[in-house]
Amino acid sequence: MSAPVKSPAVTDPETRARLSAVVEAVLAEAKKSGATAAEAAVNVNQGLSLTVRLGEVETVEHTRDKGMGVTVYFGQRTGSASTTDFSDRALRETVRAACTIARYTAEDDCAGLADPDLLAKNIPDLDLHHPWNPGMDQVIELARSAEATARGADPRITNSEGASLSTHEGLELYGNTHGFLGAVAATRHSLSLSVIAQDEAGMQRDYWYTVARDARGLESPEAVGQMAARRTLRRLGSRKLSTRECPVLYEAPVASSLLSHFVSAVRGASLYRQASFLLDSLGKPVFADFVRIHEQPYLKGAQGSAAFDSEGVATRPRDLVRDGVLQGYVLDSYSARKLKMQTTGNAGGVHNLTIEPGTDDLAALLRRLHTGLLVTELIGFGVNTVTGDYSRGAAGFWVENGEIQYPVEEITIAGNLRDMFRHILAAGSDVDTRGNIRSGSLLIERMTVAGN
Amino acid sequence: MSETMLALARRSLLEPAGIGESELTRLIGQLMTGGVDYGDLYFQYSRHESWSLEEGKVKSGSHNIEQGVGVRACAGEKTGFAYSDEIVLPTLLDAAVAARAIARHGDGGQTPAAFRGESGLRLYRPVDPLASLPDDAKVKLLERVEQEARKQDPRVKQVMASLAAVHEVVLVVRSDGVIAGDVRPLVRLNVTVIVESNGRREQGSHGGGGRVTYDYFDREDRALAYAREAVRQALVNLDAVDAPAGAMPVVLGPGWPGILLHEAIGHGLEGDFNRKGTSAFAGRIGERVAAEQCTVVDDGTIPDRRGSLNVDDEGTPTRKTVLIENGILKGYMQDTLNARLMGVAPTGNGRRESYAHLPMPRMTNTYMLAGKHDPGEIIASVDKGLYAVNFGGGQVDITSGKFVFSASEAYLIENGRITRPVKGATLIGNGPDVLTRVSMVGNDLALDSGVGTCGKEGQSVPVGVGQPTLKIDSLTVGGTRG
Repeated sequence: MSAPVKSPAVTDPETRARLSAVVEAVLAEAKKSGATAAEAAVNVNQGLSLTVRLGEVETVEHTRDKGMGVTVYFGQRTGSASTTDFSDRALRETVRAACTIARYTAEDDCAGLADPDLLAKNIPDLDLHHPWNPGMDQVIELARSAEATARGADPRITNSEGASLSTHEGLELYGNTHGFLGAVAATRHSLSLSVIAQDEAGMQRDYWYTVARDARGLESPEAVGQMAARRTLRRLGSRKLSTRECPVLYEAPVASSLLSHFVSAVRGASLYRQASFLLDSLGKPVFADFVRIHEQPYLKGAQGSAAFDSEGVATRPRDLVRDGVLQGYVLDSYSARKLKMQTTGNAGGVHNLTIEPGTDDLAALLRRLHTGLLVTELIGFGVNTVTGDYSRGAAGFWVENGEIQYPVEEITIAGNLRDMFRHILAAGSDVDTRGNIRSGSLLIERMTVAGN
Repeated sequence: MSETMLALARRSLLEPAGIGESELTRLIGQLMTGGVDYGDLYFQYSRHESWSLEEGKVKSGSHNIEQGVGVRACAGEKTGFAYSDEIVLPTLLDAAVAARAIARHGDGGQTPAAFRGESGLRLYRPVDPLASLPDDAKVKLLERVEQEARKQDPRVKQVMASLAAVHEVVLVVRSDGVIAGDVRPLVRLNVTVIVESNGRREQGSHGGGGRVTYDYFDREDRALAYAREAVRQALVNLDAVDAPAGAMPVVLGPGWPGILLHEAIGHGLEGDFNRKGTSAFAGRIGERVAAEQCTVVDDGTIPDRRGSLNVDDEGTPTRKTVLIENGILKGYMQDTLNARLMGVAPTGNGRRESYAHLPMPRMTNTYMLAGKHDPGEIIASVDKGLYAVNFGGGQVDITSGKFVFSASEAYLIENGRITRPVKGATLIGNGPDVLTRVSMVGNDLALDSGVGTCGKEGQSVPVGVGQPTLKIDSLTVGGTRG
C-alpha cells in the first residue's frame, strides 16, 4: 500500500490549452449552426478519497471527471445540452442537441448572455489552488490518526463510521460569444470523522470535519478526532423535552442554514415567480436592526471566493442587509431582467455570504440565552420559502442559567422565518468559515419546541 | 421474444468499444491479481432530457449524455474503486490497476473460465423514452398541464411544470463470471402552482412517472390530474391555520406518506449499517419492532415502477424482501459486499447513482401491506389528532433512530371528524418504536405516484414508497400552537 497518489495533472498548461480549444470549438460550432449567441463551460476534476474504519483502510476511490455544458440562443429562444465525451463528434452532437431544443422553446424577452459591460475584466488570483500530493501512506496515516484519537478518547466510543481524507483538484473554464473566457483552478482538501458512542440508553453519533483550499490550513487529525469524540459523547443520555416556547441558540455549524433560507427567499427566481416570503422587501427591515449580512467574493483561499460568476459577470463585495434593512437581491442576468434590475453577479450562488459577527463567544451567548434550547443538529426539510413557515427536527441541549443541563433529542423547533430573522438577538464571534455561508452562533428570541 | 436486455446492453456498450469476451477476461484478470476476492465492471450509458415551463411558456430545455465504466476490487472489507468516462481498453486496464491497489499483494486471484448471462426480470420495456414523443408534443403536453391548472381557479398565479426522461443502459461484469444487462427507461412530470388570495400565497405540488414512455401521462388523464391535484393542495393551504405542537395521535393517508417507512425503518435495515453495527436495528432480527398488523416489504419487482429494476447495479435480480412480518424484524436489504461479509444472500438491493459511484445497499419500492380497517373507521377512532396526507422530504439518523418527515397537507381531527386544514409541520419519531404504536392499518394500500428520490452518502437513486392509511397512537407534531 505504498503506491504514490497519482500526481494531479488537470491544471497543467496543456490541459488548459486543450479545454480552451474545446470552449472555442463549441462556441464556433454553435455560431455555425445559426445561433445568435452561445456560452459554454468545461470542467475537469481529479482526486482521491480514502476512508479508514476501525483502523483499517475501508475504501480508496480515485475520481476523475470531466464535462462540457453549452447553452445556445437563437434570438430569444434557448436550448442547453451537456456531455462527458470531448471527442469532436460528441461535441458537435451536443451543440446540435442544444440547437434542436431551442427550436421548440418559446421566445423569452429576458433570455440571453450577460451584458458585455458587466463581464469580469481582470481576474485576480484568489489563492484557491494548492495541489497536494501526499503519498498513500501519509493519507492513510492522517485518517487513521484522527480516528484513533477519537476511539482513544473515552471507552464509551465503541464504534466508528470511519475517517475520510479527500483531496481534489479541478479546472473550470467558461466562455461566451461576447469574447469572454475565464478559467479557475481550485483545490479542496478535507478530513472528516464520524464516531459512535454507546451507553445503557443506546447509541449516539456525531462528526467533525475540516476543509481547506491549502492542506496546510487543515486542522490536525488529533483536533478532528477530539472534536468528533467530544461532540458524540456529549449526546449520550439524550432526553425529550415537553412542548414549550423558549429562546433558541443555533450553534454556528447549524446557524448558516438560517442564512441559506434567507438566500433562497431573495434569489431572483423565487422573487419573479412570487414564491418568496420576502417579496417587495427591498429597503425594508427584514432582520433585527443590528444585523449586517454581506458578500466577500475576494477573500483569499475561502470556500466561496470567485472573481466572476457562472455567466462571467464580475463579482463585487456588497451588503445584502445593513442595519437589518434589505439592500439587494441575489440575481443572475435572467432574473434581473425579469425584475427590471441589474444582475448582482450571483449566477450560480452567493460568494462567502457573511453575517457580521458580534463580540460574544458561545459561552457568552449561552449566558444571554439563560434558559432555553441550544441546537447543535437539524434534520429534515420543513422550510417553506413561499410562506416562511419553518418546522425542523432538532437535537441539542437544554440550558438553564446559562449552563448546559442535559442533551435533548426527538424534538422539533418551529416558527416563521420572517419573525425569526427580525428577532435575532445576537450573532456570535464563533464564526464557522468552512462553508460558503459564514455565521457565528445565532440567538433567536422565541420559537416553539415540540416534544412529548 | 425480443432481444434480451443483456444482448441490448452488450450491443450498445461493448460493441462500439470493440470489447468482447477476451477483453473482459483480460480486464477481470487485471483486477483479480493479488488478494482481491471480488471485482466488477459497471458499464453505463445514459441520456437525460428535461423541459420546463413557467409563465405559460416552455422557456428552457436540456439534454445530457453521460457514459463510463466503474471498476471495483474488494478484498475482505476493503474496496478499491476507479472509473473512467472513456470506454476504451487501455484506460480500463489502468482503472483496474488503480482499483486493485487496495489489496495486499498475494496469490493471483481466480478469474472466471467463462461468462454466464444473468437474464434478470422483465419488468419494463427496454425503450428509449426520450424518443417516445416528438419534441413539439412534449412542449404541448406541458402547455396543456399549465392551462388545466390555470382554469381550475382564478387564484392560481403561477404554474411551473417540468417533464424529464432518462434512457439508461447498464452492463455488469463480475469476477464470478456473471454478466448482466439492463435497459431502464424513466419518465417524470411535476407541477407546482402558487395561489394567492388576500395577500396570502401558498403552493401545491404534484407529479408522477415510472419506467414507462411519455404516453403514460396522456393515459387515464394523468397529466391533467396532476395539475388539478397541485391546485387543490395549494387552495387547501390558503385556509390552513397554525399546526399543533406536541405528541398526539396521527393518522397518515395512503400512498406517498409511506415515506414514513422509508425513513423510520428502511434506512436502518440497509445491510451496511447493520454489518457495521451503526444502525439502531443492528442485531435485532427476530425481535418485535412493530405492531402485529404491520408487514413491510421492499419490492424491486413491481412492473413499471420508478423504484423497480430487472437486475440491481451488481447484476443480481431484484426480489420482494420481507423486512417486517406481523411486527417481527425479518431481514435486511443487502448488496453483494455486505451480504458476503454477513454470510447471507444478496437481496438485489445493490444500487449506485452512476458508474462514478460505489454501489451500496439501497431501497427499491418500500411499502406496508394492507390491513383490515376501513379508512373512515380509522379517522372516526381519533378524538383529537392530526390527519396528514401529503409530505415533502424526510431524513433519519440511523444510529439514534430519530427520523423526521414533513407534512405539506394536513388536517385536524376533532371528535372523529376531519375539521380544519393546518399548515405544514415536521413530524418526528424514533424508528425502532414508532411502528409499535401503530394501532390500526387500513385496507386501502396505495403506492406513490412515482416521483421519489432517495439520497444516501451523496448518491441519489429513484425509489418508490407506499402504505395503507395508518393510525399511530402517539407521534410528535412540530407545529407552533402549543
